Amino acid sequence: MNRLDLKTIIYAEKAKDQSNKQRHKICVCCGAGCLSSGSEDVFKKLQEEIKNRGLESEIDIIPTGCMGPCNQGPLIKCLPEYAIYQKVDCSNISRIVQSQLIDKKPIEDLLLFSDSRPKPFINAQEDPYFKKQMKIALKNCGHLNPEKIEDYLVHDGYKAFDKVLFEMSPEDVIAEIKQSRIRGRGGAGYPTGFKWETVYKYVSKQKYVICNGDEGDPGAFMDRSVLEGNPHRVLEGMAIAGYAVGASKGYAYIRGEYPLAIKRFELAIKQAKKLGLLGNNILGSEFSFDVEVRIGAGAFVCGEETALIASIEGKRGTPKPRPPYPAESGLWGMPTLINNVETLAAIAPIINNSGEWYSEIGTAKSAGTKVFALAGKINNAGLIEVPMGTTLREIIYDIGGGIQGGGEFKAAQTGGPSGGCIPAAHLDVKMDYESLTSLGSIMGSGGLIVMDESSDMVDVARFFMEFCMDESCGKCVPCRVGTKMMHDLLKKICDNKATALDLERLEELAVYVKEASLCGLGGSAPNPLLSTLRHFREEYENRISNPQAKSKTDLQPTT
Amino acid sequence: MTNHTHQPLAHVKELSATDPRVKLIAAKMKKENYRPDALIEILHTAQNSYGHLPINVLKYISNKLHLPPSRVFSTVSFYHFFSLKSKGEHTCLVCTGTACYVKGAQQILKEVEKAFRLKPGEVSADNKLGVQVARCIGACGLAPAVIIDDEVQAKADADAIIAKLNSKMETV
Repeated sequence: MNRLDLKTIIYAEKAKDQSNKQRHKICVCCGAGCLSSGSEDVFKKLQEEIKNRGLESEIDIIPTGCMGPCNQGPLIKCLPEYAIYQKVDCSNISRIVQSQLIDKKPIEDLLLFSDSRPKPFINAQEDPYFKKQMKIALKNCGHLNPEKIEDYLVHDGYKAFDKVLFEMSPEDVIAEIKQSRIRGRGGAGYPTGFKWETVYKYVSKQKYVICNGDEGDPGAFMDRSVLEGNPHRVLEGMAIAGYAVGASKGYAYIRGEYPLAIKRFELAIKQAKKLGLLGNNILGSEFSFDVEVRIGAGAFVCGEETALIASIEGKRGTPKPRPPYPAESGLWGMPTLINNVETLAAIAPIINNSGEWYSEIGTAKSAGTKVFALAGKINNAGLIEVPMGTTLREIIYDIGGGIQGGGEFKAAQTGGPSGGCIPAAHLDVKMDYESLTSLGSIMGSGGLIVMDESSDMVDVARFFMEFCMDESCGKCVPCRVGTKMMHDLLKKICDNKATALDLERLEELAVYVKEASLCGLGGSAPNPLLSTLRHFREEYENRISNPQAKSKTDLQPTT
Repeated sequence: MTNHTHQPLAHVKELSATDPRVKLIAAKMKKENYRPDALIEILHTAQNSYGHLPINVLKYISNKLHLPPSRVFSTVSFYHFFSLKSKGEHTCLVCTGTACYVKGAQQILKEVEKAFRLKPGEVSADNKLGVQVARCIGACGLAPAVIIDDEVQAKADADAIIAKLNSKMETV
């Protein structure tokens, strides 16, 4: 298929969409969250209801990706009114169809947030939950059918790829990405444009692009939702990246725990191949690119790029010292570009709207938007996307709807086992790379766990240390032994058996492990400990000054 | 243990080529062109058809891919997803990710452990039930989450989980 054939298909699909504009659409959220709450049954029941009423020619039912407020699921969205119904079950579908679609009267007590707001918004877009957000990576996630490439094409899908192939040189693409100032969304925040340029500059017969979808942080599900809700967007980002750096082969490394994301991404590859958007001489150009899925097998360390490469090669996922960086010598020793799912999802909009447009969103040093997975003791747990620089307070209270059960906010944990916590005193911190680092936490991949006063911060530190201890690959001693020793000391504090010397040792050890570990896992494993020590030191000291504990061990230094 | 012959794993029973599960693995290996770098993909297929990875399956794969058994074994033992032991007819997987931890997953796990006298990773003597933990299944918005036989139980409650497991074990 050449460029013109594709344009004809898109034109026909758009005309079809235009003629259907007047029709009602019901989007049923089929993201992992809503599916677990039973949205598949809702979808079937809805189809049955529409069929029984003979409305098939007037109403389209679309299974979509994640809409955001996961714990209110299953969700259905009625367009064009934009009325979202929450906690839909098979028993109230008939009522919704009758009232919303036939009598045109929304049912207020079933609308989204009807149980938490005095008066829910009939048009959900007016709700502060959506108003405060800005969706770029998640755009169209809850609108289109992720299993149909035609839906994506209608929503300007592969338009950026087409533009890049025929109107831009690889240098132009890299310049555009550099201008956007986008930084890697996987956690470390390395400028994406520079990474691309580095890989581009290495001369090699073969280069690779890898999409890192090994979302290992417990408490994070951003990549999962993007892959499940709009897989073509990620695929398009990979293809553009391939063109820019000169790679002809891409690998998408996706966690084995995400079977739906794997299924949908594989389907997306198949559909793109069929339309000639992947393969040899794409759309009649000189560029050839192919993508393969690699399934992760459950190792947190594989999120680290050199470990991930080892895993794609079919080996144990143990990291290697850097340099050489993968940009120089990566997969099978070839120059390799590794980007996170969310970064790749933002590429097409940057090309379509210009790098300048993207760079104006967010803060001076952190451009663009960030997807967060809100979870823990918060009312509106789910997936959100906000401009960088939005304050934690806005995220928790305006979007998140405050603390569950009316409790008191104690801390928010970002960056998972590599990150730290933000206490109540810093609720007005701007969520961007620099501000979070200055508080001793990190942006991380976007997991944001909210804790109330019932959370014991020493135990939280122990929880993360246990995780790092289990996940340490065992290759280097500081991480393998250090995490175990730190965990045992934390356990001792939790059990009220520790002494002041133990705490001192713990702090000393934290520095050693941080400095001496080979890769990011060990290097950041002490972060949750150091951060809870920094903000909640009294909780540690209270455990230690416990008289019962003192009686057990004699702390007097022997001279 | 002390029998160091030139043929390691000589005592391991050969697989039957007519076993449909073996056929599945053979087809997958052929599709991947017996490339050693496809080892993890092939192991996924093997585990999906067997439920776990018996030692004779590993030997078979290592022969076909011309990889030393040690290389195959070290890969299997490295990744959490692969299991050398049967996981049980029914499985109860408790998510212990951060969101679930904050919402009381430890308590659920404790009660399941108590009710069935099984620790994570253990399988009951009659092979009916296996209890496992996961580091995060990505259903954080629905925490605490438990997966019973591939079905996610959202906002799980210990009593309901135990009741569900009991009823699963009764109906075979």
